[in-house]
Amino acid sequence: MSVPQTAILPGRGGAAGTAADLFWRNPKVLLALLLIPPLLWLGIIYLGSLFALLAQSFFSIDEFSGLVKYELTLKTYRELLNPANLDIIARTVLMAAAVTIAAAIVAFPVAYYAARYARGRWKALFYLGIMLPLWSSYLVKVYAWKLILAKEGILNWVFEKLHLTWLLEAYLSAPVIGGNSLSVSYTGTFLVFLYVWLPFMILPVQAALERVPGNLVEASADLGATPAQTFRNVLLPLAMPGVVAGSIFTFSLTLGDYIIPQIIGSSRLFIGQAVYAHQGTAGNIPLAAAFTVVPVVIMGFYLWGAKRLGAFNAL
Amino acid sequence: MRSDRSNRSPLALKIAAAAGLAFLHLPILLIFVYAFTTEDKSYQWPPPGFTIKWLGVTWNRPDVWEALWLSVRVAGIATLIAIVLGTLCAAAVSRWKFFGHETISLLVILPIALPGIITGIALRSAFNLADMPFSFWTIVLGHATFCIVVVYNNAVARFRRTSGSLIEASMDLGADGFQTFRYVILPNIGTALLAGGMLAFALSFDEVIVTTFTAGQQATLPIWMLEELVRPRQRPVTNVVAMVVVLVTFLPILAAYYLTRDGDHVAGHGK
Repeated sequence: MSVPQTAILPGRGGAAGTAADLFWRNPKVLLALLLIPPLLWLGIIYLGSLFALLAQSFFSIDEFSGLVKYELTLKTYRELLNPANLDIIARTVLMAAAVTIAAAIVAFPVAYYAARYARGRWKALFYLGIMLPLWSSYLVKVYAWKLILAKEGILNWVFEKLHLTWLLEAYLSAPVIGGNSLSVSYTGTFLVFLYVWLPFMILPVQAALERVPGNLVEASADLGATPAQTFRNVLLPLAMPGVVAGSIFTFSLTLGDYIIPQIIGSSRLFIGQAVYAHQGTAGNIPLAAAFTVVPVVIMGFYLWGAKRLGAFNAL
Repeated sequence: MRSDRSNRSPLALKIAAAAGLAFLHLPILLIFVYAFTTEDKSYQWPPPGFTIKWLGVTWNRPDVWEALWLSVRVAGIATLIAIVLGTLCAAAVSRWKFFGHETISLLVILPIALPGIITGIALRSAFNLADMPFSFWTIVLGHATFCIVVVYNNAVARFRRTSGSLIEASMDLGADGFQTFRYVILPNIGTALLAGGMLAFALSFDEVIVTTFTAGQQATLPIWMLEELVRPRQRPVTNVVAMVVVLVTFLPILAAYYLTRDGDHVAGHGK
Protein backbone atom coordinates (compact mmCIF):
# COMPACT_ATOMS: atom_id res chain seq x y z
CA MET A 1 0.00 0.00 0.00
CA SER A 2 1.30 3.36 -0.90
CA VAL A 3 1.31 6.22 1.50
CA PRO A 4 -1.90 8.23 1.03
CA GLN A 5 -1.13 11.52 -0.67
CA THR A 6 -2.26 14.49 1.27
CA ALA A 7 -3.25 17.77 -0.24
CA ILE A 8 -1.09 19.55 2.23
CA LEU A 9 2.56 19.29 1.34
CA PRO A 10 5.26 19.42 3.98
CA GLY A 11 7.13 22.70 4.40
CA ARG A 12 9.81 23.35 1.85
CA GLY A 13 12.65 23.54 4.32
CA GLY A 14 15.72 25.74 4.05
CA ALA A 15 15.81 29.45 4.71
CA ALA A 16 14.45 30.43 1.30
CA GLY A 17 11.76 27.77 1.45
CA THR A 18 10.63 28.83 4.90
CA ALA A 19 10.48 32.43 3.79
CA ALA A 20 8.51 31.50 0.68
CA ASP A 21 6.02 29.55 2.78
CA LEU A 22 5.70 32.40 5.21
CA PHE A 23 4.97 34.88 2.41
CA TRP A 24 2.39 32.54 0.96
CA ARG A 25 0.58 32.01 4.23
CA ASN A 26 0.89 35.58 5.34
CA PRO A 27 1.03 38.03 2.42
CA LYS A 28 1.10 40.97 4.82
CA VAL A 29 4.67 40.07 5.78
CA LEU A 30 5.69 40.21 2.14
CA LEU A 31 3.81 43.48 1.66
CA ALA A 32 5.60 44.98 4.63
CA LEU A 33 8.98 43.78 3.38
CA LEU A 34 8.29 45.27 -0.04
CA LEU A 35 7.19 48.60 1.35
CA ILE A 36 9.67 49.18 4.14
CA PRO A 37 12.82 49.97 2.10
CA PRO A 38 11.24 52.58 -0.21
CA LEU A 39 9.21 54.09 2.62
CA LEU A 40 12.26 54.35 4.84
CA TRP A 41 14.21 56.04 2.06
CA LEU A 42 11.49 58.49 1.05
CA GLY A 43 10.18 59.00 4.56
CA ILE A 44 13.49 59.65 6.28
CA ILE A 45 15.67 61.19 3.62
CA TYR A 46 13.05 63.11 1.70
CA LEU A 47 10.18 63.96 4.02
CA GLY A 48 12.60 64.36 6.92
CA SER A 49 14.58 66.94 4.98
CA LEU A 50 11.41 68.73 3.90
CA PHE A 51 10.09 69.02 7.45
CA ALA A 52 13.49 70.11 8.74
CA LEU A 53 13.46 72.85 6.13
CA LEU A 54 9.93 73.88 7.01
CA ALA A 55 10.85 74.01 10.67
CA GLN A 56 13.77 76.31 9.96
CA SER A 57 11.45 78.90 8.45
CA PHE A 58 10.08 79.45 11.96
CA PHE A 59 13.52 80.39 13.25
CA SER A 60 15.06 83.75 12.56
CA ILE A 61 18.46 85.21 11.93
CA ASP A 62 20.19 87.49 14.37
CA GLU A 63 20.96 90.80 12.64
CA PHE A 64 24.15 91.41 14.56
CA SER A 65 25.87 88.03 14.59
CA GLY A 66 24.31 86.69 11.36
CA LEU A 67 23.72 83.39 13.11
CA VAL A 68 20.47 81.47 13.19
CA LYS A 69 18.55 81.87 16.46
CA TYR A 70 16.78 78.64 17.34
CA GLU A 71 13.60 80.15 18.82
CA LEU A 72 10.17 79.78 17.32
CA THR A 73 9.11 83.08 15.80
CA LEU A 74 7.12 84.46 12.88
CA LYS A 75 9.67 87.21 12.32
CA THR A 76 11.03 85.56 9.18
CA TYR A 77 7.56 85.45 7.66
CA ARG A 78 7.11 89.17 8.39
CA GLU A 79 10.37 89.74 6.56
CA LEU A 80 9.11 87.60 3.68
CA LEU A 81 6.12 89.89 3.26
CA ASN A 82 8.05 93.11 2.78
CA PRO A 83 7.42 94.94 -0.53
CA ALA A 84 10.67 93.90 -2.24
CA ASN A 85 9.97 90.22 -1.60
CA LEU A 86 6.30 90.53 -2.57
CA ASP A 87 7.56 92.04 -5.82
CA ILE A 88 9.67 88.94 -6.46
CA ILE A 89 6.70 86.67 -5.73
CA ALA A 90 4.34 88.65 -7.99
CA ARG A 91 6.89 88.69 -10.81
CA THR A 92 7.39 84.92 -10.60
CA VAL A 93 3.68 84.13 -10.48
CA LEU A 94 2.94 86.42 -13.45
CA MET A 95 5.74 84.81 -15.44
CA ALA A 96 4.46 81.33 -14.55
CA ALA A 97 0.93 82.31 -15.62
CA ALA A 98 2.14 83.81 -18.92
CA VAL A 99 4.27 80.76 -19.69
CA THR A 100 1.37 78.42 -18.87
CA ILE A 101 -1.10 80.22 -21.12
CA ALA A 102 1.36 80.44 -24.01
CA ALA A 103 2.31 76.78 -23.60
CA ALA A 104 -1.38 75.77 -23.77
CA ILE A 105 -1.85 77.75 -26.98
CA VAL A 106 1.27 76.39 -28.70
CA ALA A 107 0.73 72.84 -27.43
CA PHE A 108 -2.90 72.47 -28.49
CA PRO A 109 -2.45 72.13 -32.27
CA VAL A 110 0.49 69.73 -31.86
CA ALA A 111 -1.43 67.60 -29.37
CA TYR A 112 -4.61 67.75 -31.46
CA TYR A 113 -2.85 66.67 -34.62
CA ALA A 114 -0.98 63.90 -32.82
CA ALA A 115 -4.17 62.63 -31.15
CA ARG A 116 -6.65 62.81 -34.02
CA TYR A 117 -4.83 62.67 -37.35
CA ALA A 118 -1.42 61.08 -36.88
CA ARG A 119 -1.53 57.33 -37.55
CA GLY A 120 1.00 54.50 -37.58
CA ARG A 121 4.46 55.69 -38.45
CA TRP A 122 3.50 59.34 -38.04
CA LYS A 123 2.09 58.71 -34.63
CA ALA A 124 5.40 57.17 -33.49
CA LEU A 125 7.27 60.08 -35.05
CA PHE A 126 5.11 62.61 -33.21
CA TYR A 127 5.56 60.74 -29.97
CA LEU A 128 9.34 60.69 -30.30
CA GLY A 129 9.25 64.27 -31.56
CA ILE A 130 7.76 65.31 -28.23
CA MET A 131 9.69 62.85 -26.08
CA LEU A 132 13.19 63.68 -27.29
CA PRO A 133 13.01 67.41 -26.50
CA LEU A 134 11.32 66.58 -23.19
CA TRP A 135 14.16 64.33 -22.11
CA SER A 136 17.12 66.04 -23.70
CA SER A 137 19.38 67.96 -21.39
CA TYR A 138 17.85 70.95 -19.67
CA LEU A 139 21.12 72.88 -19.68
CA VAL A 140 21.78 72.16 -23.32
CA LYS A 141 18.35 73.54 -24.13
CA VAL A 142 19.06 76.70 -22.16
CA TYR A 143 22.47 76.91 -23.82
CA ALA A 144 20.86 76.63 -27.26
CA TRP A 145 18.72 79.66 -26.46
CA LYS A 146 21.75 81.57 -25.31
CA LEU A 147 23.16 80.97 -28.79
CA ILE A 148 19.88 81.96 -30.44
CA LEU A 149 19.29 85.15 -28.47
CA ALA A 150 22.89 86.39 -28.47
CA LYS A 151 23.47 89.77 -30.13
CA GLU A 152 25.50 88.17 -32.91
CA GLY A 153 23.21 85.11 -32.89
CA ILE A 154 20.76 83.62 -35.35
CA LEU A 155 17.62 85.53 -34.35
CA ASN A 156 19.12 88.97 -34.89
CA TRP A 157 20.58 87.68 -38.14
CA VAL A 158 17.14 86.57 -39.34
CA PHE A 159 15.61 89.93 -38.47
CA GLU A 160 18.42 91.67 -40.33
CA LYS A 161 18.02 89.52 -43.45
CA LEU A 162 14.29 90.24 -43.46
CA HIS A 163 15.04 93.96 -43.02
CA LEU A 164 12.96 93.91 -39.85
CA THR A 165 15.62 95.03 -37.38
CA TRP A 166 13.57 98.19 -36.76
CA LEU A 167 10.66 96.02 -35.63
CA LEU A 168 12.84 94.19 -33.12
CA GLU A 169 14.24 97.47 -31.84
CA ALA A 170 10.77 98.96 -31.47
CA TYR A 171 9.76 95.86 -29.51
CA LEU A 172 12.80 96.04 -27.26
CA SER A 173 12.19 99.69 -26.46
CA ALA A 174 8.77 98.79 -25.05
CA PRO A 175 8.56 98.96 -21.26
CA VAL A 176 8.61 95.79 -19.10
CA ILE A 177 8.84 93.24 -21.94
CA GLY A 178 11.80 94.98 -23.60
CA GLY A 179 15.40 95.54 -22.59
CA ASN A 180 18.84 96.15 -23.99
CA SER A 181 18.69 92.95 -26.00
CA LEU A 182 16.48 89.88 -26.08
CA SER A 183 18.87 87.88 -23.90
CA VAL A 184 18.51 90.31 -21.00
CA SER A 185 14.76 90.93 -21.29
CA TYR A 186 11.70 89.28 -19.77
CA THR A 187 10.76 88.23 -23.29
CA GLY A 188 13.93 86.16 -23.49
CA THR A 189 13.25 84.52 -20.13
CA PHE A 190 9.67 83.85 -21.22
CA LEU A 191 10.74 82.24 -24.51
CA VAL A 192 13.19 79.90 -22.81
CA PHE A 193 10.66 78.90 -20.14
CA LEU A 194 8.07 78.26 -22.86
CA TYR A 195 10.53 76.19 -24.85
CA VAL A 196 11.79 74.10 -21.97
CA TRP A 197 8.38 73.27 -20.45
CA LEU A 198 6.30 72.95 -23.65
CA PRO A 199 6.52 69.12 -23.91
CA PHE A 200 5.08 68.86 -20.38
CA MET A 201 1.95 70.57 -21.71
CA ILE A 202 1.66 68.64 -24.97
CA LEU A 203 1.60 65.15 -23.42
CA PRO A 204 -1.41 65.49 -21.07
CA VAL A 205 -3.39 67.52 -23.62
CA GLN A 206 -2.75 64.80 -26.19
CA ALA A 207 -3.82 62.13 -23.69
CA ALA A 208 -7.06 64.02 -22.98
CA LEU A 209 -7.81 64.56 -26.67
CA GLU A 210 -7.19 60.91 -27.45
CA ARG A 211 -10.02 60.04 -25.09
CA VAL A 212 -12.53 62.22 -26.95
CA PRO A 213 -14.58 59.84 -29.13
CA GLY A 214 -14.45 60.84 -32.78
CA ASN A 215 -18.20 60.43 -33.18
CA LEU A 216 -18.82 63.26 -30.70
CA VAL A 217 -17.09 65.63 -33.09
CA GLU A 218 -19.05 64.17 -36.01
CA ALA A 219 -22.32 64.42 -34.11
CA SER A 220 -21.63 68.04 -33.38
CA ALA A 221 -21.02 68.67 -37.09
CA ASP A 222 -24.13 66.70 -38.05
CA LEU A 223 -26.17 68.87 -35.76
CA GLY A 224 -25.04 71.88 -37.74
CA ALA A 225 -22.18 73.27 -35.70
CA THR A 226 -19.41 75.00 -37.59
CA PRO A 227 -15.88 73.72 -36.89
CA ALA A 228 -15.32 76.75 -34.65
CA GLN A 229 -18.46 75.97 -32.65
CA THR A 230 -17.49 72.31 -32.34
CA PHE A 231 -14.10 73.35 -31.08
CA ARG A 232 -15.50 75.75 -28.50
CA ASN A 233 -18.43 73.69 -27.25
CA VAL A 234 -17.23 70.10 -27.61
CA LEU A 235 -13.47 69.72 -27.92
CA LEU A 236 -12.28 72.45 -25.61
CA PRO A 237 -14.39 71.44 -22.57
CA LEU A 238 -13.35 67.82 -23.00
CA ALA A 239 -9.67 68.72 -23.42
CA MET A 240 -9.69 71.08 -20.46
CA PRO A 241 -8.66 68.50 -17.82
CA GLY A 242 -5.60 67.77 -19.95
CA VAL A 243 -4.75 71.45 -20.23
CA VAL A 244 -5.08 71.85 -16.47
CA ALA A 245 -2.92 68.77 -15.87
CA GLY A 246 -0.24 70.18 -18.17
CA SER A 247 -0.48 73.57 -16.52
CA ILE A 248 0.43 71.97 -13.18
CA PHE A 249 3.84 71.12 -14.64
CA THR A 250 4.44 74.37 -16.51
CA PHE A 251 3.31 76.47 -13.55
CA SER A 252 5.18 74.56 -10.87
CA LEU A 253 8.39 74.23 -12.87
CA THR A 254 8.43 77.95 -13.68
CA LEU A 255 7.80 78.87 -10.04
CA GLY A 256 10.82 76.94 -8.81
CA ASP A 257 13.38 77.50 -11.53
CA TYR A 258 16.39 79.65 -10.76
CA ILE A 259 18.79 78.81 -13.57
CA ILE A 260 16.92 80.13 -16.60
CA PRO A 261 16.32 83.66 -15.25
CA GLN A 262 19.91 83.75 -14.08
CA ILE A 263 21.33 82.95 -17.51
CA ILE A 264 18.78 84.63 -19.75
CA GLY A 265 16.93 87.54 -18.30
CA SER A 266 17.12 90.88 -16.58
CA SER A 267 18.86 91.07 -13.24
CA ARG A 268 15.55 91.25 -11.36
CA LEU A 269 15.10 88.19 -9.15
CA PHE A 270 12.64 85.32 -9.33
CA ILE A 271 11.63 83.19 -6.33
CA GLY A 272 14.18 80.48 -7.11
CA GLN A 273 17.01 82.98 -7.37
CA ALA A 274 15.96 84.62 -4.11
CA VAL A 275 16.04 81.23 -2.35
CA TYR A 276 19.44 80.49 -3.82
CA ALA A 277 20.85 83.87 -2.84
CA HIS A 278 19.50 83.72 0.73
CA GLN A 279 20.80 80.22 1.45
CA GLY A 280 24.14 80.76 -0.27
CA THR A 281 26.03 84.00 0.12
CA ALA A 282 23.68 85.56 2.67
CA GLY A 283 23.54 82.41 4.80
CA ASN A 284 19.99 83.28 5.81
CA ILE A 285 18.53 79.77 5.81
CA PRO A 286 15.32 80.76 7.66
CA LEU A 287 14.36 83.32 5.01
CA ALA A 288 15.32 80.91 2.21
CA ALA A 289 13.14 78.27 3.86
CA ALA A 290 10.25 80.73 4.17
CA PHE A 291 10.66 81.57 0.48
CA THR A 292 10.37 77.90 -0.51
CA VAL A 293 7.08 77.76 1.35
CA VAL A 294 5.64 80.24 -1.17
CA PRO A 295 5.68 77.94 -4.23
CA VAL A 296 4.52 75.03 -2.06
CA VAL A 297 1.50 77.00 -0.84
CA ILE A 298 0.71 78.33 -4.32
CA MET A 299 0.98 74.83 -5.79
CA GLY A 300 -1.17 73.49 -2.96
CA PHE A 301 -4.00 75.81 -3.95
CA TYR A 302 -3.36 75.12 -7.60
CA LEU A 303 -3.54 71.35 -7.12
CA TRP A 304 -6.67 71.67 -5.04
CA GLY A 305 -8.33 73.66 -7.83
CA ALA A 306 -7.04 71.27 -10.47
CA LYS A 307 -8.43 68.30 -8.58
CA ARG A 308 -11.85 69.91 -8.57
CA LEU A 309 -11.60 70.31 -12.35
CA GLY A 310 -10.81 66.61 -12.70
CA ALA A 311 -7.27 67.13 -13.97
CA PHE A 312 -5.77 64.14 -12.19
CA ASN A 313 -7.65 61.67 -14.36
CA ALA A 314 -5.83 63.13 -17.36
CA LEU A 315 -2.34 62.67 -15.98
CA MET B 1 -21.57 66.31 -43.42
CA ARG B 2 -19.83 63.07 -44.27
CA SER B 3 -17.70 61.44 -41.68
CA ASP B 4 -14.86 60.64 -44.07
CA ARG B 5 -14.03 64.32 -44.07
CA SER B 6 -12.66 63.98 -40.57
CA ASN B 7 -9.74 61.90 -41.81
CA ARG B 8 -8.20 64.93 -43.44
CA SER B 9 -6.75 67.63 -41.30
CA PRO B 10 -7.27 71.32 -42.00
CA LEU B 11 -4.22 73.03 -43.47
CA ALA B 12 -4.02 75.59 -40.67
CA LEU B 13 -3.81 72.79 -38.09
CA LYS B 14 -1.04 71.08 -40.07
CA ILE B 15 0.95 74.30 -40.20
CA ALA B 16 0.45 75.03 -36.50
CA ALA B 17 1.45 71.48 -35.51
CA ALA B 18 4.51 71.54 -37.77
CA ALA B 19 5.50 74.94 -36.40
CA GLY B 20 5.18 73.63 -32.85
CA LEU B 21 7.41 70.64 -33.59
CA ALA B 22 9.93 72.86 -35.40
CA PHE B 23 10.02 75.15 -32.37
CA LEU B 24 10.87 72.11 -30.24
CA HIS B 25 13.64 70.79 -32.48
CA LEU B 26 15.43 73.65 -34.24
CA PRO B 27 17.25 74.94 -31.13
CA ILE B 28 18.72 71.48 -30.49
CA LEU B 29 19.83 71.15 -34.10
CA LEU B 30 21.58 74.50 -33.76
CA ILE B 31 23.86 72.96 -31.13
CA PHE B 32 25.20 70.56 -33.74
CA VAL B 33 26.12 73.41 -36.08
CA TYR B 34 27.88 75.40 -33.37
CA ALA B 35 30.02 72.42 -32.33
CA PHE B 36 31.87 72.73 -35.63
CA THR B 37 32.23 76.49 -35.96
CA THR B 38 35.67 78.08 -36.32
CA GLU B 39 34.60 81.11 -34.29
CA ASP B 40 35.79 80.83 -30.68
CA LYS B 41 35.15 84.26 -29.16
CA SER B 42 31.44 84.83 -29.76
CA TYR B 43 28.23 83.07 -30.82
CA GLN B 44 28.43 84.49 -34.34
CA TRP B 45 25.82 83.33 -36.87
CA PRO B 46 26.27 82.22 -39.59
CA PRO B 47 29.49 80.45 -38.59
CA PRO B 48 32.46 81.87 -40.50
CA GLY B 49 33.76 78.38 -41.21
CA PHE B 50 33.65 74.79 -40.09
CA THR B 51 36.31 72.71 -38.36
CA ILE B 52 36.57 69.49 -36.36
CA LYS B 53 39.49 70.87 -34.35
CA TRP B 54 37.36 71.36 -31.21
CA LEU B 55 36.49 67.69 -30.99
CA GLY B 56 40.18 66.95 -30.45
CA VAL B 57 40.63 69.86 -28.05
CA THR B 58 37.70 68.63 -25.94
CA TRP B 59 38.99 65.06 -26.06
CA ASN B 60 42.23 66.18 -24.40
CA ARG B 61 40.56 68.09 -21.58
CA PRO B 62 40.99 66.26 -18.24
CA ASP B 63 38.37 68.40 -16.44
CA VAL B 64 35.68 67.38 -18.95
CA TRP B 65 36.58 63.71 -18.58
CA GLU B 66 36.54 63.96 -14.81
CA ALA B 67 33.10 65.58 -14.82
CA LEU B 68 31.79 63.02 -17.30
CA TRP B 69 33.13 60.10 -15.26
CA LEU B 70 31.60 61.50 -12.05
CA SER B 71 28.23 61.95 -13.77
CA VAL B 72 28.29 58.41 -15.11
CA ARG B 73 29.15 56.93 -11.70
CA VAL B 74 26.48 58.98 -9.91
CA ALA B 75 23.84 58.14 -12.50
CA GLY B 76 24.77 54.46 -12.44
CA ILE B 77 24.50 54.03 -8.68
CA ALA B 78 21.44 56.26 -8.35
CA THR B 79 19.75 54.21 -11.08
CA LEU B 80 20.51 50.92 -9.30
CA ILE B 81 19.04 52.23 -6.04
CA ALA B 82 16.02 53.62 -7.87
CA ILE B 83 15.39 50.32 -9.69
CA VAL B 84 15.37 48.35 -6.43
CA LEU B 85 13.23 50.80 -4.44
CA GLY B 86 10.93 51.69 -7.35
CA THR B 87 10.22 48.05 -8.18
CA LEU B 88 9.51 47.10 -4.55
CA CYS B 89 7.10 50.01 -4.24
CA ALA B 90 5.40 49.27 -7.58
CA ALA B 91 4.99 45.58 -6.69
CA ALA B 92 3.34 46.43 -3.38
CA VAL B 93 1.07 49.13 -4.78
CA SER B 94 -0.11 47.19 -7.82
CA ARG B 95 -0.79 43.87 -6.08
CA TRP B 96 -2.55 44.91 -2.91
CA LYS B 97 -5.05 47.49 -1.87
CA PHE B 98 -4.14 48.70 1.59
CA PHE B 99 -4.46 51.64 3.88
CA GLY B 100 -2.42 54.57 2.58
CA HIS B 101 -2.33 53.20 -0.96
CA GLU B 102 -2.86 56.63 -2.56
CA THR B 103 -0.47 58.30 -0.17
CA ILE B 104 2.40 56.12 -1.34
CA SER B 105 1.89 57.08 -4.98
CA LEU B 106 1.87 60.71 -3.89
CA LEU B 107 5.01 60.27 -1.80
CA VAL B 108 6.88 58.73 -4.72
CA ILE B 109 5.85 61.49 -7.12
CA LEU B 110 6.49 64.33 -4.67
CA PRO B 111 10.26 64.67 -5.27
CA ILE B 112 9.70 65.63 -8.89
CA ALA B 113 6.33 67.35 -8.42
CA LEU B 114 7.82 69.91 -6.06
CA PRO B 115 10.26 72.33 -7.68
CA GLY B 116 13.82 70.97 -7.70
CA ILE B 117 15.09 73.88 -5.71
CA ILE B 118 12.96 72.81 -2.73
CA THR B 119 14.27 69.25 -2.83
CA GLY B 120 17.77 70.63 -3.20
CA ILE B 121 17.72 73.12 -0.37
CA ALA B 122 15.87 70.70 1.92
CA LEU B 123 18.54 68.04 1.41
CA ARG B 124 21.33 70.59 1.79
CA SER B 125 20.05 71.91 5.08
CA ALA B 126 19.42 68.35 6.30
CA PHE B 127 23.02 67.37 5.46
CA ASN B 128 24.20 70.46 7.32
CA LEU B 129 22.06 69.64 10.34
CA ALA B 130 23.33 66.06 10.35
CA ASP B 131 26.94 67.28 9.93
CA MET B 132 27.34 65.21 6.80
CA PRO B 133 30.16 66.46 4.58
CA PHE B 134 29.24 66.88 0.93
CA SER B 135 30.61 64.04 -1.12
CA PHE B 136 29.92 61.66 -3.96
CA TRP B 137 27.32 59.95 -1.78
CA THR B 138 25.33 63.09 -0.98
CA ILE B 139 24.90 63.60 -4.74
CA VAL B 140 23.77 59.97 -5.15
CA LEU B 141 21.34 60.32 -2.25
CA GLY B 142 19.58 63.26 -3.90
CA HIS B 143 19.53 61.72 -7.36
CA ALA B 144 18.19 58.33 -6.25
CA THR B 145 15.32 60.09 -4.45
CA PHE B 146 13.86 61.67 -7.57
CA CYS B 147 14.78 58.76 -9.88
CA ILE B 148 12.55 56.32 -7.98
CA VAL B 149 9.42 57.74 -9.58
CA VAL B 150 10.57 57.02 -13.14
CA VAL B 151 11.20 53.35 -12.43
CA TYR B 152 8.02 53.21 -10.35
CA ASN B 153 5.86 54.62 -13.16
CA ASN B 154 7.19 52.14 -15.70
CA ALA B 155 6.95 49.18 -13.33
CA VAL B 156 3.40 50.00 -12.17
CA ALA B 157 2.21 50.24 -15.76
CA ARG B 158 3.74 46.87 -16.58
CA PHE B 159 2.41 45.21 -13.43
CA ARG B 160 -1.07 46.38 -14.37
CA ARG B 161 -0.77 44.75 -17.77
CA THR B 162 0.66 41.54 -16.33
CA SER B 163 -2.25 39.33 -15.43
CA GLY B 164 -2.39 38.19 -11.82
CA SER B 165 -3.56 34.76 -12.94
CA LEU B 166 -0.07 34.08 -14.32
CA ILE B 167 1.32 34.38 -10.83
CA GLU B 168 -1.49 32.25 -9.39
CA ALA B 169 -0.94 29.60 -12.07
CA SER B 170 2.75 29.47 -11.23
CA MET B 171 1.94 29.04 -7.54
CA ASP B 172 -0.68 26.39 -8.29
CA LEU B 173 1.90 24.45 -10.26
CA GLY B 174 4.06 24.28 -7.20
CA ALA B 175 6.55 27.11 -7.63
CA ASP B 176 7.38 28.98 -4.47
CA GLY B 177 7.42 32.77 -4.26
CA PHE B 178 11.06 33.10 -5.26
CA GLN B 179 10.72 30.75 -8.21
CA THR B 180 7.63 32.63 -9.36
CA PHE B 181 9.55 35.87 -9.14
CA ARG B 182 12.52 34.48 -11.02
CA TYR B 183 10.68 32.63 -13.79
CA VAL B 184 7.36 34.45 -14.17
CA ILE B 185 7.45 37.98 -12.80
CA LEU B 186 10.96 39.03 -13.76
CA PRO B 187 10.69 38.03 -17.45
CA ASN B 188 7.40 39.92 -17.60
CA ILE B 189 8.59 43.17 -16.08
CA GLY B 190 12.22 42.99 -17.26
CA THR B 191 11.94 45.33 -20.22
CA ALA B 192 9.89 47.82 -18.23
CA LEU B 193 12.59 47.90 -15.55
CA LEU B 194 15.27 48.31 -18.18
CA ALA B 195 13.33 51.18 -19.76
CA GLY B 196 12.71 52.80 -16.39
CA GLY B 197 16.35 52.39 -15.52
CA MET B 198 17.47 54.05 -18.72
CA LEU B 199 15.17 56.99 -18.17
CA ALA B 200 16.36 57.26 -14.58
CA PHE B 201 19.93 57.26 -15.87
CA ALA B 202 19.11 60.02 -18.35
CA LEU B 203 17.34 62.02 -15.64
CA SER B 204 20.23 61.73 -13.19
CA PHE B 205 22.89 62.31 -15.86
CA ASP B 206 21.22 65.60 -16.73
CA GLU B 207 20.18 66.85 -13.30
CA VAL B 208 21.59 70.18 -12.23
CA ILE B 209 19.26 71.97 -9.81
CA VAL B 210 19.36 69.47 -6.95
CA THR B 211 23.02 68.74 -7.66
CA THR B 212 24.10 72.35 -7.14
CA PHE B 213 22.87 71.97 -3.56
CA THR B 214 24.11 68.48 -2.75
CA ALA B 215 27.55 68.55 -4.41
CA GLY B 216 30.56 69.87 -2.58
CA GLN B 217 33.64 70.67 -4.63
CA GLN B 218 33.01 68.02 -7.26
CA ALA B 219 31.53 68.99 -10.61
CA THR B 220 29.24 66.66 -12.50
CA LEU B 221 28.97 67.33 -16.21
CA PRO B 222 25.86 69.53 -15.84
CA ILE B 223 27.57 71.53 -13.10
CA TRP B 224 30.57 71.99 -15.37
CA MET B 225 28.22 73.23 -18.11
CA LEU B 226 26.39 75.54 -15.74
CA GLU B 227 29.66 77.22 -14.80
CA GLU B 228 30.43 77.71 -18.47
CA LEU B 229 26.96 79.14 -19.03
CA VAL B 230 27.25 81.67 -16.24
CA ARG B 231 30.85 82.64 -17.03
CA PRO B 232 31.70 81.51 -20.57
CA ARG B 233 35.42 80.84 -20.83
CA GLN B 234 35.85 78.09 -23.39
CA ARG B 235 32.93 78.46 -25.76
CA PRO B 236 34.11 75.91 -28.37
CA VAL B 237 34.65 73.22 -25.74
CA THR B 238 31.22 73.95 -24.27
CA ASN B 239 29.67 73.62 -27.73
CA VAL B 240 31.20 70.19 -28.23
CA VAL B 241 30.22 69.04 -24.73
CA ALA B 242 26.64 70.19 -25.36
CA MET B 243 26.52 68.16 -28.56
CA VAL B 244 27.89 65.07 -26.83
CA VAL B 245 25.36 65.42 -24.01
CA VAL B 246 22.50 65.57 -26.53
CA LEU B 247 23.76 62.41 -28.24
CA VAL B 248 24.36 60.57 -24.96
CA THR B 249 20.87 61.29 -23.63
CA PHE B 250 19.11 60.46 -26.92
CA LEU B 251 20.31 56.86 -26.93
CA PRO B 252 18.72 55.68 -23.64
CA ILE B 253 15.49 57.52 -24.51
CA LEU B 254 15.24 55.86 -27.90
CA ALA B 255 16.05 52.50 -26.31
CA ALA B 256 13.44 53.03 -23.59
CA TYR B 257 10.89 53.89 -26.25
CA TYR B 258 11.51 50.69 -28.21
CA LEU B 259 11.40 48.61 -25.03
CA THR B 260 7.99 49.87 -23.91
CA ARG B 261 6.20 50.85 -27.11
CA ASP B 262 3.90 47.82 -27.17
CA GLY B 263 0.94 49.08 -25.24
CA ASP B 264 2.07 51.21 -22.35
CA HIS B 265 3.32 54.58 -23.38
CA VAL B 266 4.20 55.79 -19.93
CA ALA B 267 7.91 56.01 -20.40
CA GLY B 268 8.21 59.73 -20.05
CA HIS B 269 5.12 60.78 -18.21
CA GLY B 270 6.03 63.37 -15.70
CA LYS B 271 9.78 63.79 -15.79
